[in-house]
Amino acid sequence: MDLITGLTMLDLSRFQFAMTTIFHFFFVPLSIGLGIMVAIMETMYVVKGDDVYKRMTKFWGRIFLLSFAVGVVTGIIQEFQFGMNWSRYSRYVGDIFGPALAVEALVAFFCESTFLGLWMFGWDRFKKGVHLLFIWLVAIGSAFSALWILAANSFMQNPVGFKIDHKFGRAVLVDFPALLTNHQLWLEFPHVLFATMLIGPFVIIGISAFSLLRRKDNIDFFKKSVHIASAVALVGTLGILITGDSHAYNVQFDQPMKFAAMEGISEDVGGKDKQQPWSVVAYTNPKTHETEWSLDVPYLLSVLAHHDLTGYNKGSETINKELHEKYDKKFGKDMNYYVPSNTLFYAFRVMAGVAGVLGLLAAVAWWFTRAKSTFDITKYRWVLWIFGIATFIPFFGTTAGWLITELGRYPWIVYGVLTIADAVSPNVSFASLFISNIIYFLTFTALGGVMIYLSRRVMIQGPDYVDEEVDDEQAPADPFSADSFDEKGGND
Amino acid sequence: MPSILQILWFVLVAVLFSGFFFLEGFDFGIGMSLKTVAKNEAEQDALINSIGPHWDGNEVWLITAGGAMFAAIPYWYASLFSGFYLVLFVILLGLIYRGVSFEFREQMLTNKYRNLWTTIAAVSSFIVPFMFGLMFTDVVRGMPMNATGDMSATFFDYVNIFSIVGGVALALLSYMHGLNYMRLKLVDGPLVERAKKQLKFLYPTLLLGEVAFAITLYFNTDFFTKKPIITLILLVVIVGLTLLAWYTNGTNHQFITFFALGFAIITVVVLLLTGLYPRVMVATNPAHSILLKNATSTPYTLKWMTGIAFTAVPIVLAYQGWSFWVFRKRIQVAGEK
Ligand code: HDD
Ligand code: HEM
Ligand code: HEM
Repeated sequence: MDLITGLTMLDLSRFQFAMTTIFHFFFVPLSIGLGIMVAIMETMYVVKGDDVYKRMTKFWGRIFLLSFAVGVVTGIIQEFQFGMNWSRYSRYVGDIFGPALAVEALVAFFCESTFLGLWMFGWDRFKKGVHLLFIWLVAIGSAFSALWILAANSFMQNPVGFKIDHKFGRAVLVDFPALLTNHQLWLEFPHVLFATMLIGPFVIIGISAFSLLRRKDNIDFFKKSVHIASAVALVGTLGILITGDSHAYNVQFDQPMKFAAMEGISEDVGGKDKQQPWSVVAYTNPKTHETEWSLDVPYLLSVLAHHDLTGYNKGSETINKELHEKYDKKFGKDMNYYVPSNTLFYAFRVMAGVAGVLGLLAAVAWWFTRAKSTFDITKYRWVLWIFGIATFIPFFGTTAGWLITELGRYPWIVYGVLTIADAVSPNVSFASLFISNIIYFLTFTALGGVMIYLSRRVMIQGPDYVDEEVDDEQAPADPFSADSFDEKGGND
Repeated sequence: MPSILQILWFVLVAVLFSGFFFLEGFDFGIGMSLKTVAKNEAEQDALINSIGPHWDGNEVWLITAGGAMFAAIPYWYASLFSGFYLVLFVILLGLIYRGVSFEFREQMLTNKYRNLWTTIAAVSSFIVPFMFGLMFTDVVRGMPMNATGDMSATFFDYVNIFSIVGGVALALLSYMHGLNYMRLKLVDGPLVERAKKQLKFLYPTLLLGEVAFAITLYFNTDFFTKKPIITLILLVVIVGLTLLAWYTNGTNHQFITFFALGFAIITVVVLLLTGLYPRVMVATNPAHSILLKNATSTPYTLKWMTGIAFTAVPIVLAYQGWSFWVFRKRIQVAGEK
């Protein structure tokens, strides 16, 4: 504990982890989502042969590359910080968690990075179909990377396939395939994939809207882009609602305290003769853990979480008692099993709200940009402004979702197995942590700033700028043009 | 005595780090040469294009090495990474800024900002290998650690003559490896001529550095007392490969030069890890050193990992190799004919 700031090393490590992962996760779903979009656009180009799709591929490809670059460099931190900040965690679950991470690098990262290189620099060097294959391999590679990292995370949420090795004092793997059949993974993975199908498309919709606001050219280009993107976003919304619903259903059994906090219930509710209301807003006193006031819709929680009218859930008080009974022998009597209720409660409403808003916007955008549509969207600047601002909305959804997932796991880092306090590196100095926190923060702010600035620039330059670049690529000056590939190398 | 599986994974981690230093080594060298050899933007563009399609894939070798260490030898990963917190923090910053610099540089409109990102690329390309050299020499020298493997070191445990020699040596090797790569990848011209001129006086410097390294190695580690023969052989191999590279420098055998120095880098990694074995971390109090046999994952996990590695690595090597082959043609500096 530092006397001046009152912060502990644990606080700083947690803050650092949250900050770096959230930042990583701004760009990861963006690049997965844009990767899918660009792959779709290039597929349309190859199938239909229409040049507009090639221009789309290249234009949105530029934004995709920017986000990919930031995603990659922030990913390296993720991989290292388990050892740097959570060394006791790494020793305790390395046998299980390590393999998931290693396999991610081996099967996903190599694939993504190599084929991205081939895609970026290979436009004029391969047949259309082969070039298309590259972008799909990148998209598949990044989906695989999500699969494995989420397998690791799912183990932390719902540990499976392991036993405790008392001699070494660690958890060891006894069933590798169980990591992949973990039901938590098959909730997280599809949910995250559908989230990427909201983020990628909405960035395209937003940038297109801003472009339509400021330019007179390429109107059709942007309308077409919006049309494709909003179609994908509709699929994304549908998917996220279905998978989110299963997520919420499941969480009440796997991690009841998380569920109680998400719904703001401190006392047991529902059952045969008592209806189970759903709170729109509520306040839980962080000291007494009692829900002091709420605005309720009758029966709705039961409908949402149980799909019937007779649902029953324990409140946080009961759950707290049960957890103490279950775990006191292992972790001692002093554990606090309450999670930050208000944060989870409102984060959940933000996330669900985002799904609703985006679904609506996607439907509107799709309708207005149909080829048959007589509605000229460029005349309604305020509509375009709304779509422009919508660029940023999905990021609130993902961040809220992760806050729920990770904060709701408290006090454990591996649910029921290892506490967060027992996971942190004991030997990293307060000063080191403090410095690294500040510098990461400044770095991320700068990177985020440059990234937004550059995306804006790409937008201002517009799709035609890409065409110029294509010409450049064919000029003999370019190292990868057909010309300079004649055998005329050789020095000495 | 460690089991076969444990040794196999120690070797695999060594292979992954070797791959990283070999491949990313020339990326670092090219990065540094943006400021030390290139004189104008066209030359810088050509240099960056020469590694453009590859550098990210090369970096994945490091990520995989870290991942493999975590998966197979978690006690090593945990002690090393937490103990060298600040060193790795600087490495991470270097990799972050370097990674985005290639992309951002190209996007900048004014020369001033373009130049700024070029400088960032060059400086970070130096810092990363330097810090890695520093860290690995510290590891074999031994650090103060407690019985659970938590390091508690002070500034001079991290930064001392030996580790600085190690850092400079690795940075210099990477630099020259990059210049050799340049000779391999670029069409001959003023840029390549300058690189060749530099190389001429860098080889004797490197040899001096290697001698300094051998001497400090003698005084700072137990390599010569515990494994004198293999240490000497490996040192001779390093010097021999350097001489071979030097000898072929003026000739047309650029492949030999390139691989000779590349293998010298790999031999350095091999030397350090051979001396380390059967430990994975050396403690100043030998009783606290972490032994390979106590540091790994269970046989069950290692077996799974072995199966996966032996399936995936050949495929990865195939397509990564293919991508080098695809982009094998030499690059011409714009405006130079
Ligand atoms: C744009 C993003 C987005 C949107 C609109 C939604 N989600 Fe979500 N949600 C995520 C993005 C996300 C996420 C960031 O991707 C999380 C974090 C962990 C995970 O698997 O996905 C997540 C987690 C997450 C969890 C926590 C799971 C756990 O802790 O085990 C639940 C219960 C839900 N979601 C449920 C929903 C529901 C019912 C939604 C809509 C009605 C919804 N999500 C929309
Ligand atoms: C495989 C993926 C992930 C793993 C292994 C993981 C693991 C961890 C760990 C070790 C901590 C620190 C302990 C704690 O404070 O609870 C943590 C906290 C956190 N993680 Fe994750 N995480 C993963 C994915 C993510 C993602 C993608 C995000 C969000 C974008 C995220 C958001 C957070 C947040 C916000 C915290 C802070 C919670 C707190 O302060 O307690 N996590 N997670
Ligand atoms: C907290 C644990 C995490 C770790 C250790 C981690 C590790 C990494 C690393 C090392 C990279 C760089 C790869 C490269 O150089 O090519 C990376 C990028 C990436 N990560 Fe993460 N990551 C984490 C969280 C996540 C999550 C939760 C997801 C997905 C849901 C994810 C998906 C990706 C993807 C797709 C990339 C490729 C770059 C991009 O598309 O932006 N990561 N990650």
